[in-house]
Amino acid sequence: MIQADLNIILPEILLALYAMGALVGVVYTGKDKMAGLLTWLTAGVFVLLAIWIGASGSGENVGFNGMFHDDAFSRFAKVAILLAGAAVLVMGQDYMARRRIARFEYPVLMALATVGMMTMVSAGDLIALYMGLELQSLALYVVASLRRDSVKSTEAGMKYFLLGALSSGLLLYGASLVYGFAGTTQFAGIIQAAGDDNLPLGLLFGLTFVISGLAFKVSAVPFHMWTPDVYEGAPTPITAFFATAPKLAAMGLFARVLFDAFGGVVSDWQQIIALLSALSMFLGAIAAIGQRNIKRLMAYSSIAHMGYALMGLAAGTALGVEAMLVYMAIYLTMNIGTFAFILSMEKDGRPMLDIDALNMYAKRSSGRALAMLFLLFSLAGVPPFLGFFGKLYVLRAAFDAGLAWLAVAGVIASVIGAFYYLRIVYFMYFGEERDALDPPRSPMQQVLLMVSAAVMLLGVVNFFGVDTAAQAAAAALLQ
Amino acid sequence: MIGLEHYLGVAATLFVIGIFGLFLNRKNIIILLMSIELILLSVNINLVAFSSFLGDLAGQVFALFVMTVAAAEAAIGLAILVSFFRNRGTIAVEDVNMMKG
Repeated sequence: MIQADLNIILPEILLALYAMGALVGVVYTGKDKMAGLLTWLTAGVFVLLAIWIGASGSGENVGFNGMFHDDAFSRFAKVAILLAGAAVLVMGQDYMARRRIARFEYPVLMALATVGMMTMVSAGDLIALYMGLELQSLALYVVASLRRDSVKSTEAGMKYFLLGALSSGLLLYGASLVYGFAGTTQFAGIIQAAGDDNLPLGLLFGLTFVISGLAFKVSAVPFHMWTPDVYEGAPTPITAFFATAPKLAAMGLFARVLFDAFGGVVSDWQQIIALLSALSMFLGAIAAIGQRNIKRLMAYSSIAHMGYALMGLAAGTALGVEAMLVYMAIYLTMNIGTFAFILSMEKDGRPMLDIDALNMYAKRSSGRALAMLFLLFSLAGVPPFLGFFGKLYVLRAAFDAGLAWLAVAGVIASVIGAFYYLRIVYFMYFGEERDALDPPRSPMQQVLLMVSAAVMLLGVVNFFGVDTAAQAAAAALLQ
Repeated sequence: MIGLEHYLGVAATLFVIGIFGLFLNRKNIIILLMSIELILLSVNINLVAFSSFLGDLAGQVFALFVMTVAAAEAAIGLAILVSFFRNRGTIAVEDVNMMKG
């Protein structure tokens, strides 16, 4: 019996064993001297696991009495998480080495956080949900304060820890109420206890607390306060990680809870999610206008993007989940490209994160400026680029589900939000002449920037098949 | 006779004290860590009370997991606190202000 269960979670077990083996191996050999090698090795392991999960998995397998689901939905999320993690590892390696923060703990903690994220998107039980979430969060608190000698980095870690622990507490309190009033921790049992209409009051309380806890993790308004500070304080490669894989994992977990455990009572949570979505879109669009630091700007940008992804969930339909997954896949690609660019913004070997530094950037390196222009247009949702189609997907899903007001709010917020993306483009092409930034050093950052910019343009042809995979994933979640 | 609602009442009170401790405390980060522990303990009371009331063991297993994670969380919190103190020389809440959000 146990053999069948173990086969289902084999990728997670192998990655956890790899992380522990790598930790012990490196401690007994070169320690920080091995950091570069270990980073590449970990990225390689991520890519191999992604290929394995993507190619071999089929059908729906449930292990450990319903605690762990391996279906099209979890496989879609896992492949995206692993690839995003690998991309972040390889593009940050050069930056970490030159700042002398290339510690061997970094790839090990990233691997452990990834195990947590893979468990999150597969969770079929409140206990599995909590353990996955905490494994991810605890590893991320540590990497946020990786730069031990910097006040900003440790302060970012401190803030992330305190607010993250608070959100885990809220989620857990909700989980305990759900357990008490449903009589089981399994999603399959909860959905029966929740019934088809009008949730019992105890479960409604529990669900509200769980949603608040998860909204913290995806940094949806009004639970977004930590995001700008943590993004600004953490070292840039780690900020790039925060902006990508954990966001998808938290959205995946959100979808799991809402549809696997509370799929029968969509009308009870639809309004809450729609409100979170509308507030996030507007706050993200408006608050970013005043930001000069590009990392803080990306933090507000990610809050706004989470608003759009939540719009897909708020629809409460298969189309909505499909739209959310497509949107998140596009968001991950855009953010990896943008952060590859941000990582290379340096002057005299020091990071230069003020957006004023980009004045007349196009004159000196037109290729990179053009790539960044593609990415920024795509982030803003300007038509020929992929980001526009992502927004179109979620807007259509929300409109079809009868949330026309939310779709209209989304359009308005995206018009407001376009301003600050286009301002960067303006600086790059028409700004005043300033001191030049250093030429880019890392070929990996260059490659990732160009590839993701090309994807923004070429992806509109057929989405590289992501939409069909997302469709299968949404169907698996909603059956 | 002490019923389920009494346990839930105690847990809810502890939970609210923990939340207020996080938001109203302006002095010391250690007190914030204590408030977080209080929240997790209130959850444990809830879980064990429900488990006993329902006659279902899953809640007690959950409570054990929560305790383990709470220990790891406290260790990581204190470690981050120590490295923050080394850089800043203080652990007053009002001094966690290098970045304004």
